[in-house]
Amino acid sequence: MIRLLVGLIGVGALATGAVAAEPVEIGIGYLGQASGKQTLSLLEQPANNDGAAGARLAIEDNNTTGKFLSQHFTLQESRLKEGDEVAAAAVALADQGAGFIIADLPADALLKAADAVRDRGAVLFNAGAIDDRLREQDCRANVIHTAPTRSMLADGLAQYLVWKQWKRWLLVLGSHENDKLFAEALRRSAARFGAKIVQEKVFEDNGGARRTDSGVTLIQRQMPVFTQSAPGYDVLVAADESQVFASYLPYRTWDPRPVTGSAGLVPTSWDGAHDQWGAVQLQNRFVTLNSRRMTARDMQAWTAVRMIGEAASRVNSGERKAVLDFLKGPDFSIAAFKGQRLTLRDWNLQLRQPILLADGRMVVSVSPQEGFLHQFSELDTLGVDRPETRCKLQ
Amino acid sequence: MKTECRGSALGSLLFGAAVWLAGALPASAFIAYVSNEKSNTVSVIDTDKWAAVKTIKVGQRPRGIEFTKDGKFVLVAVGDDDTIEVIDTATQQVVDKLPSGPDPELFVQDAAGKILYVANENDNTVTIIDIERRARIGDVQVGVEPEGMAISPDGKILINTSETTNMAHFIDTASRQIVANVLVDARPRFAEFKRDNSELWVSSEIGGTVSVIDPAKHAVITKIEFAIPGMRKEAIQPVGISITGDARTAFIALGPANRVAIVDAASHQVTKYLLVGQRVWHMAFTPDEKYLLVTNGVSNDVSVIDVAALKVIKTIQVGELPWGITIAKQ
Repeated sequence: MIRLLVGLIGVGALATGAVAAEPVEIGIGYLGQASGKQTLSLLEQPANNDGAAGARLAIEDNNTTGKFLSQHFTLQESRLKEGDEVAAAAVALADQGAGFIIADLPADALLKAADAVRDRGAVLFNAGAIDDRLREQDCRANVIHTAPTRSMLADGLAQYLVWKQWKRWLLVLGSHENDKLFAEALRRSAARFGAKIVQEKVFEDNGGARRTDSGVTLIQRQMPVFTQSAPGYDVLVAADESQVFASYLPYRTWDPRPVTGSAGLVPTSWDGAHDQWGAVQLQNRFVTLNSRRMTARDMQAWTAVRMIGEAASRVNSGERKAVLDFLKGPDFSIAAFKGQRLTLRDWNLQLRQPILLADGRMVVSVSPQEGFLHQFSELDTLGVDRPETRCKLQ
Repeated sequence: MKTECRGSALGSLLFGAAVWLAGALPASAFIAYVSNEKSNTVSVIDTDKWAAVKTIKVGQRPRGIEFTKDGKFVLVAVGDDDTIEVIDTATQQVVDKLPSGPDPELFVQDAAGKILYVANENDNTVTIIDIERRARIGDVQVGVEPEGMAISPDGKILINTSETTNMAHFIDTASRQIVANVLVDARPRFAEFKRDNSELWVSSEIGGTVSVIDPAKHAVITKIEFAIPGMRKEAIQPVGISITGDARTAFIALGPANRVAIVDAASHQVTKYLLVGQRVWHMAFTPDEKYLLVTNGVSNDVSVIDVAALKVIKTIQVGELPWGITIAKQ
């Protein structure tokens, strides 16, 4: 009877006055790590549900829409503890019916998870790892990336610094692998957009605690000396993903210069202060649900779950292949409070997105900056573009 | 006299004698009220002078703005104060407020001007208010981030668009139940009926299209797309829509594309783009439909379009981030 009614009303419309048919169940998995990283600032210490909280909100948003379409979304969360096997955890999620898995994992673990669930047809959404290699030589046809890449973040920052005419950079990088990768992305951006790195300095991590009762006195002596006798520069750019030193630099450099990169003005996919383009509504919903502000990881997970919901509503199906075909097709786009539609780069399944530049209290600017043009999409001025890609999707 | 007016309840204002400050304004034909989202003011434009003649202080973040059907009041949604303020058009002052839900943005009145339907962005509801009694008389649960509101010419169907659910919800005004949902492109912002009830148009800001919907069949008939040479696709973000009474010509504000598209409303083909100010948002006709006034958020002005000539004839400076506009006879 209900089906008949729907049929009578016509394509594209759904009767909701009557009792809806049994909803289509769409299972989404969330695979993350149990412990977050250590940060220099207590304020930046990630919450236990960092990332997952965004996915949970998007499940609610999808279900509000889903009640009009007879679709119901559920989230199954899995947290890896020290020593847990990532492949087994991913397979377990897939076997429990999660056709789509939101992953917040380091690069190698992400690849293991993707390869483990590949013959089960599950699709991973990388909502955590920013490594370019996951979208280049190590790209996978069953991994969609909502996290931006290091090169997108670096380009977003570089465009603003060049627009600001701060073209002479003092690059300070940490001694860990991730820090070196970010420094490499920043070098690439400088070359692309016409900035000059006047000097590079490495801040060696010799161990030691991030928190000590009288550390501040020592830092106040160390940082000016560390940045002394640099050639003339406009801005200090720090590459310190490991959070060893960058947050100590603002207000402590020998010369009075702004700090950017891993501290000061930071490029990011989201910030708790972002309030443009209707973002306040999302921020309010998030705070109501989680009693804290929304982070970049939360937003990357929210976007991934919303992409699944958006595709399911467009194809009116929860069927994995139909959803995936729509996501990979030319008609897909997602609204994510960044002032324009976001789409997927078809050559490596990376979500195109503006990059916010935030100082910890406010969003200072949003890249791409005016004047950075592109023949296809100005969002492709951020990160590795189609002609340069090394990805062969398979 | 003024004091008495401010202190009295809206009900008696609505049905009591209007206070007419004769001679306070020149005898011009029409008057436009523009909400300035950032400066927390409403600018009053005299259409004879084509100039802002008064600025009224209102609550925080004024957006949706409409004359009441009797022309005696202007209602303005002040989202950050979670209310709708009532401006007396005689004294041009805020005299009262209505109990909307949290963060009201756009609203629509029934034909009699007795019932107000308000989109509350923050809690996925449409709130129904009895204007005379200033009382909330009902809620309808809709999709995520309700925004655009329209009422069918026969008054039977209320339309609400939800920005993150991407639907136009059809609500029966008698039963207050949703009777149909039509999927449109991303971030639907505004809904407008043709006056003969034959079509409902819904703009999708992020999707970049206007969906033309058959209101009887609840189905999308066609989607109007836009292409401006040298303009990237993502910058074309349709928002406000106005359709002439004879249903021949439609005007669509294209947001950061800084243009108003003119559409042949019968064939749904774009015939022309008019360059206006920056981030063009909402619009309103003068009651004689000779002019269309559009708000330009980023350039802080209002463009005046000559409807017959299809030309921009004037730009009027208003407050910061002009958003909504409503026009009536003086």
